[in-house]
Order: sequence, then C-alpha cells, then structure tokens
Amino acid sequence: MSLQVATYIAVGLSFLLYLGIAVWSRAKSTSDFYVAGASVGPVVNGMATAADWMSAASFISMAGMISNMGYGGSVFLMGWTGGFVLLAMLLAPYLRKFGKFTVSQFIRDRFYSKTAAAVAVLCLLVASITYIIGQMTGVGVAFSRFLGVSNDVGIYIGMAIVFAYAVFGGMKGITYTQVAQYCVMTFAYVIPAIFIAFYLTGNPIPQLGLGANLRGENIALLTRLDQVVTDLGFKEYTTALPGSMLNMVLFTLTLMIGTAGLPHVIMRFFTVPNVAAARRSAGWTLVFIAVLYTTAPAVGAMAKYNLHKTVTPGIEQNIGVFEPEASLVGEERPDWMKRWEKTGLLHWEDKNNDGRIQYYNDASSDEEFLANAQAAGWQGNELSVNADIIVLANPEIALLPFWVIALVAAGGIAAALSTAAGLLMAISSAISHDLIKGIFAPKISEKSELLTGKISMAVSIIVAGWLGLNPPGFAAGTVALAFGIAASSLFPALMMGVFFVKMNKEGVIAGMLAGLSVTLFYVFAHKGLFFIQGTQYTHLIGGPNSFFGITPEAIGAVGAMVNFAVAFIVKRFTKNPPEHIQALVESVRSPRGAKAVKGAH
Amino acid sequence: MAKKKRSYWSTTLRLLGIILAIWAGVSLGLSIILAPLLNHIMMGGYPLGFWFAQQGSIYLFIILIFVYAKLMGRIDRKFDVHEESEKKPSRNRR
Repeated sequence: MSLQVATYIAVGLSFLLYLGIAVWSRAKSTSDFYVAGASVGPVVNGMATAADWMSAASFISMAGMISNMGYGGSVFLMGWTGGFVLLAMLLAPYLRKFGKFTVSQFIRDRFYSKTAAAVAVLCLLVASITYIIGQMTGVGVAFSRFLGVSNDVGIYIGMAIVFAYAVFGGMKGITYTQVAQYCVMTFAYVIPAIFIAFYLTGNPIPQLGLGANLRGENIALLTRLDQVVTDLGFKEYTTALPGSMLNMVLFTLTLMIGTAGLPHVIMRFFTVPNVAAARRSAGWTLVFIAVLYTTAPAVGAMAKYNLHKTVTPGIEQNIGVFEPEASLVGEERPDWMKRWEKTGLLHWEDKNNDGRIQYYNDASSDEEFLANAQAAGWQGNELSVNADIIVLANPEIALLPFWVIALVAAGGIAAALSTAAGLLMAISSAISHDLIKGIFAPKISEKSELLTGKISMAVSIIVAGWLGLNPPGFAAGTVALAFGIAASSLFPALMMGVFFVKMNKEGVIAGMLAGLSVTLFYVFAHKGLFFIQGTQYTHLIGGPNSFFGITPEAIGAVGAMVNFAVAFIVKRFTKNPPEHIQALVESVRSPRGAKAVKGAH
Repeated sequence: MAKKKRSYWSTTLRLLGIILAIWAGVSLGLSIILAPLLNHIMMGGYPLGFWFAQQGSIYLFIILIFVYAKLMGRIDRKFDVHEESEKKPSRNRR
C-alpha cells in the first residue's frame, strides 16, 4: 500500500465519522443550536473544548516553534494552558450562572448598555475573524501537504465538511464532532512521539524520555542537546530567552489572559448543565490539552537532536564539528529530506561547493565560533528548515511505518477543522443572537431565530472560506493579534462585570476602548496600519520594541492593565450602576438556582 | 442575610487569591524569573527551571483547577448557596 493510499483511507474514514455525527446530532431548538441544550457533561465538554482550543498551529507548528526557540518556547506551553486557570476561577462559573447564549449578552445586560455590547461584539468579531483566517489557511495547508490536492481544493473540501455539521447541528453538532476530532488528533500526535522517545532514550513515555539519558549512553538527552547546539553556534537549548526576561513574563501573561478572554472558548462553558460542572469542566479541558502540550516539548527537543545528528553526523562519532567529514555528504542525505525539499519547507544550498551540508548558526554572537567556521571554509548556513517540518516529517525522520504518517495527516486536518468550527459558532451567534435578535429585530420568534442562526453560520463559512482562499497579506501575524485583542478588551470587561459590583457602563466602555487602542497602536507600529506593508511607524515611537523592550506579541498584557486602570478612573467620576444591576451581580455570584440556559431577555 | 452573602464572597476571594498567588508564583516565578537559579539543580535529566516551564507548570495548573472546584464546592455548601442537585438543576427564577 502506498503512502498516498493510506493517507486517503485515514482521512476518508475520519470524514465519514464526522458526517455520521452530523446526521445524528441535528439542532432542533435555539438552545440546541447555541449551547447544545446545556446538557453536555463536564468530561465530554472538556474534551470538546480541548479540540476547540488546539488549532492547526498547536498541532502542526507548536512543537516546531519550541524546537527552534528551546526554553523560550515555554511561553506558548504556559500561556496557552495557564489561561484556563483564570477562566475556571474568574469567568466560566459566573457566566454559566448568568445563563445566556453569548458572551456579549453578558456585557449588554451587566452594563445595561447597547453601546457596551456593540463594542464587545466588535472586539469579539475582530478577534474571531483574525483567528479564523489562520485556521482556514491551516486547513488548506494540511490538505495540500497530505493529500496532494491544491490549497484551494483543500479549503473547499474543509468548508463542505464543516458546513455539514455546523449549519445543521450548531453547537450540538460541533460538540460531538469535536470529541471525535480530539481523539483523532491526540492519537496522531502521541503515537509518533512514543516511537521517537523509545528510539532515542529507551523510555516510551515522551514526558519521561525528555528527562532521561540517551539510549546506551551516560548523558542526559537535554545535556547532550545543549552541547550539540552550542557546538554549532546556537544558543543553549534549555536557557535560550526570547528577548528579555520581562518580555517573556509579559508574553506569557498576554497569552494567558488572551486565552481566558477568547469567546469561542468561553462559549463552550455555556453547554454544561450547572455551575459546579463548569468549574470541573475547565479542569478536564486542561487534562485533555495537557496530553498534547506536555508531549510537544519532548517532540521538539527530540526531533531537533535527530535532525542535527542526521545533518552533522560528526557529533555522534565525536569528531569536532569543524572537521570536513563531520558534515553530511549532500548526495547521501536521506529520502525524507529530498521529499520535503519539494514542498519548499526544507532547502539545501551548497554555498561553499564542498558537496556537504553545513547546518549551523551563521549569525552567532560567539566571535570565536564564527572565526573557526570561517577557517573551516564554511560560507554560511546551508540548510533552511521550516518549523512545521518537526511534526510533519517526524514520523519519517524516526523511520516509522506509513500508517503513522497517514494518521498525522488525519490529525492535522482534525485540529484545523475543530477550531474553525468553534470560531464559526462564536461569529455566527454574535451575528444572529447579539446583532439581529439583540439590536435589529428583538421580536423574532424562536423558529425564525434558529433559521437566522443557520443562515449566519452558512454565510460565516463562506466568508471564512473566501478569506482562506484570498488571505490578506497579514495572515501570519494575525493569531498573535487575536490574543492581544482578547486580553486587552474582552477579559478585563468580563472580569470587572463579575468582581466589581460598582463598575459602571462608562468605565467599562472607556476601558475596553483604551485597552484595545493601546494594543492596536503598538502592534500597528511594528506591523503596519491594519497590517498594510510599508505603513509601519516604529520611528514615531522610538524604534522597534521601544517600550521596555517589549515585542508587539507581548503587549496585550499591558493593554489589559491600561483597560483596568482607565475603567477605574472613569468609574470614579461617573454614576454608580442602578440597584437592579447590583442585584444581578449578587445573583451571578451565587451558584444556587443555575437554570437551563435561555436566550430570551 | 446580606452579612452572610458578604462573608461568602470574602471567603471566595480569599481562596481565589491564594490559588492565583500559587499560579503566578510557579508560572511566572519559578518557571521564568527564578529559572536561571533553579537550572543549577538537576531533576533526572531535566534542569529544574526548564522542567517547571515545559512540564511542571502545566501539571500544577490542572491540580489548581480541581482543588479550586473541590474547595469552592465546600464553601458553597457551608454558606448554603450550593446547587440543589448536580444532575437536575433548579428551575427557580430570581
């Protein structure tokens, strides 16, 4: 059986499963459509939330980013998991008690203001749409790499599958497909990791293998990896920092706060039956996410070691890296390298024409290393490696059978589809419930609202597909922006709504706008106004990263602090919220009487 | 009644404060700020600071959420604001 056939079978079977679920779980009421009837158990919801959360980027790119960044990659590991602690304690149980369909509906009722709700819907739509562009391109990439179809065809197939279960099943269809998708993607991620951990260290559990000695040697994997990368002029793997320590702290915080404020994740907690279930469900979510997230650093480090060992065999034979025979002869490179070179993710250019591959850090800050490299006749790094290779080619690097590679294909596609569906749910419910029912046509019947919801979903899928087919030039930087927006606008507003009885509408609107402006101002300074190339204005703010050396990805935490500060200042000079709002906050705080989620006002 | 509500809320806030302090202390403290110091200690093949950043903090987050859910349930019952039944949520309206 060829690799191509195996891949088609694995992906085809997973699609059949999703479609079967679509037929079984059609939505019959608005409650089914928006919150899956609020009858999803905490463990099942945890699994669905984990799939919702882990995107194509988590599945395909994260291990590669950790591999490249070493210790610095921890910002993603801690940021994208630590946020669930905030969500579990500060938002999920209270918003579940509030018992409505959408996130902006809480803002609207709690801050007794359509303006506040409109600002929240705007932030929600911008955050979700920037996020979904990345997912749709991820769907295209996953299909084209694994199935050999073009990017465009991949996006059309992906749209058709999501259409089948999201339009007819709403949140109910999405929930149960996400459970299936979680199983597919985790299986696909962990199996190759077990093989590679066993092969390198003799310990099949990746989390333990990462801390073990190399097989048959008396040295720890990480210690050896540190030696290897420093020999080749890179920063030490276990200590490499992304920028300053302050930047790393703020970057981590931004991802944490952003995670807790992303509407498509918060919404999932409206599907559980009561407050106690919402609390526990966040814990289960994190258990399921941790299976993949604690495996990722092992995959990253082990694949990096394997790659260096392959390209610079001298490090294993204990000959100095500068000896000519330490580098791999280009013609003898393994087949998987040749295969991935065709995709452009791997590229070898024999700069010094010695027929061998020199893979090292030619921008090293170590003068002595660079002098030695030059003396050895090296004329620059000859191998460029895209971060995605680490997961995509991992089974091949470790010489695993075809069916494992086919499984990774099905897993990557599952990861992209599950997140896309969750985001589409957030977008379409904001349109049909918050805008159409909430603002333009409050009188529509339940039946017409259900139809409106389905139509908004269909339109959202088409728009998302179109954005995936014609990604705006800024697509790469957008996911980071989504976290910045969620952290600086939505999270503080929701949290103040629960924890500060006296917070009023003036304060929260001013806070959201201020937090958002600060974040956008700093991000646009680095990436261009609305990401249009050539409109960067870092010179106006005193050069790149001028604010205490903070990178634009890490600014969301600062935006959140500005949001809180402005909200409290404005509150001091404006009226207290009315009595009935203070009573509403009291009731949200007390778990008793959590009722089935109802959308009606 | 109002007094009981206030003391329920202040007990809740105390619990949240303690858990968030541990949360920040491990993820931002041990894993980032103190990592260079902790890296001198080896845990198996792991430098300790690196382990906290890439493994330990994630395990701790899970424990924190379940501990929170458990203790919060206890506080709810103590102040008699817990949900009547896990399986069948009450239909009472405010």
